[in-house]
Amino acid sequence: MINVEEVEGRAQHSPERPFLSVENLAVQFKTEDGIVQAVDGVSFTLERGKTLAIVGESGSGKSVTAQAIMGLVKGMGGIVSGEIWLDGQELNRLSPSEVQALRGDEMAMIFQDPMSSLHPFYRIGDQIVEAIVAHRKVGRGAARREALEMLKHVGIPAAERRIDAYPHQLSGGMRQRVMIAMALINSPQLLIADEPTTALDVTVQAQILELIRRLQGEFGTTVIIITHDLGVVADVADDVAVMYAARIVEMAPTSEIYNKAEMPYTLGLLASIPRRDRGQQERLDPIPGNPPSPIHLPPGCVFQPRCKYWEQVPESQGDPRTVRPELVETSPRHYVRCLLPQDVRRRISHEVLQSLRGSAE
Amino acid sequence: MSTSNGQILDVTDLRTYFPIKSRGLIPRTIGQVKAVDGIDLTLAPAETLGLVGESGSGKTTAARSILRLVQPTSGRIELDGQDITHLSSGAMVKVRRKAQMIFQDPYNALNPRHTVGGIISAPFKVQKVVPPGGVRAAVMELMERVGLNPEHYNRYPNEFSGGQRQRIGIARAIALRPKLIVCDEPVSALDVSIQAQILNLLKDLQREFGIAYLFVAHDLAVVRQVSHRVAVMYLGHIVETASQETIYSAPLHPYTHSLLSAIPIPDPAQQKKRNRILLQGDLPSPINPPSGCVFRPRCFQAQEKCAAEVPPLIEVEPGHKVACHFPIAKPPESVVVSMAEEEAEVVAGARDAGVVDSGVMPH
Repeated sequence: MINVEEVEGRAQHSPERPFLSVENLAVQFKTEDGIVQAVDGVSFTLERGKTLAIVGESGSGKSVTAQAIMGLVKGMGGIVSGEIWLDGQELNRLSPSEVQALRGDEMAMIFQDPMSSLHPFYRIGDQIVEAIVAHRKVGRGAARREALEMLKHVGIPAAERRIDAYPHQLSGGMRQRVMIAMALINSPQLLIADEPTTALDVTVQAQILELIRRLQGEFGTTVIIITHDLGVVADVADDVAVMYAARIVEMAPTSEIYNKAEMPYTLGLLASIPRRDRGQQERLDPIPGNPPSPIHLPPGCVFQPRCKYWEQVPESQGDPRTVRPELVETSPRHYVRCLLPQDVRRRISHEVLQSLRGSAE
Repeated sequence: MSTSNGQILDVTDLRTYFPIKSRGLIPRTIGQVKAVDGIDLTLAPAETLGLVGESGSGKTTAARSILRLVQPTSGRIELDGQDITHLSSGAMVKVRRKAQMIFQDPYNALNPRHTVGGIISAPFKVQKVVPPGGVRAAVMELMERVGLNPEHYNRYPNEFSGGQRQRIGIARAIALRPKLIVCDEPVSALDVSIQAQILNLLKDLQREFGIAYLFVAHDLAVVRQVSHRVAVMYLGHIVETASQETIYSAPLHPYTHSLLSAIPIPDPAQQKKRNRILLQGDLPSPINPPSGCVFRPRCFQAQEKCAAEVPPLIEVEPGHKVACHFPIAKPPESVVVSMAEEEAEVVAGARDAGVVDSGVMPH
């Protein structure tokens, strides 16, 4: 059903630029209260077949980054600058209709709420058939057979009957599977999953993560997963980018994030999650305060007002209350945005992670 | 006043069924959703009982039934020595001084037209209590205690973030020093960094005022952090209950094992080591629950006996109860449990009949 040769065939060109390269992406929204800088100078690259997790809390800009790559932000009134190179093609320069043609074909997205991408009035089979014939010259009969294959593939029981069901007749987990089937039906090169399991129960979440992993292995899809859950990240991602207040504050291979994170925000996140593999702690160690308003960002380091360590920044590095740190490479492929000197960061990292490990069983 | 066994809450054989009505001019009752189907709970002063389960397990209905926000079908609820199962709503007002609730959604639990001061002082007015020093001073002290700025007394809820709104809800709940607070998913709508702040606050308040919490949540890691004891619910039943340490380190029910193995651990090394029990399908419909053990269709231990007999909740060691014919201490390293096709159809059949999938409430 899925044309594997075709997928491999497409992999040949543009050897010099990585499969996905986002360069200095910025997104602004004009609101009544002022300009919201939703994404500010985000850059990353992603090799074909790999998974990048973008982690952040609400308002960090992680979803807007994904929507900007999918070309969905301009329709919402956002102003996008920077470059998005997908498979040798720059997307930000394309017209809306050109991006539309790529969506669903070259790249696809799945959302937290499956009902946002499934139409409530149409049978799920018909919706998948529509996705096929919109992008490819296939007869409706053949498209329906392909849709049925795909539904079986994503683990819909009794797919022959379910293909004629309406979305409301399915459970949340089933709908999520249908949405994944629809997203993958045209073998997209890039799949963006925005909080794909947040609305699901843990046992269903485990099923869906397993499914994404399996399909990625089969189809060689490149995946960006957007999540607030560092547990989900450990399960699926090759690389992790941590976002805070519209910027990437730390980015590294997954094991490096868990074992050698250096940015105090990342450490704070790791320390504040209750874990089922850890005994009860007297108290959790939360990050104090609240995330800043995206309209009135702190003038210096965006995390400084909540940072426990900012006073340890030596004068030579600049005052974190007024100086914005850059994202710098602290070790190969590990980037950190922090004014603390490397040795201080590493000492703090060691202390925090050691104490977390100490309390794990 | 307290019960002979010193419990603040004693729930016996609680059942809450919702009728399913047929459509048409004269609706008839054509079935029942057995949201809570015979559960027993006890809670000691200053103790936290975590009630965990997936959506549709009946945990929220159980919590609401205990505070009589939903009328239970049968059973007995004793709060601080008093049987409150059949009290009139007038008589319940007095009881609510002792038992309060904190809700999941801090955006909907607070009246947007009332100031924070008005919201937190409501319990004093409803209960006609005048604290020494006056209501305003007491409210400002409460605000201070839960980490809000007392100067924000006259602000409206929309001026606060999610975490701060949850603090407002907590201040309101503790205003009259209740003995019991039912917390329904109190942190699941909050960001992780804020979650930890609220969990710490709840723990501190418990230590300070000796409040007992019935802590309802789907997140087993959160429950582990706050609970002394844990009860696991599945389809209206408690399938396992034990101390927090035992539930997480030595569970016996196959469902508890599967739930635990499904939670991702934020550490790739640990993650690789964990065993994986991958359940297939969803919870069956509570309208038409499976015969015998309700977990049977998704269980890796299921045998013929499980379809024939309902397993009773048996105490296997002091404080550790399991409802299973074949409890297991060490589950297999990796299992994929396929749901039998006909069981999948039962679920689908219920949905085709137009009943919502979570099974909480019919249309």
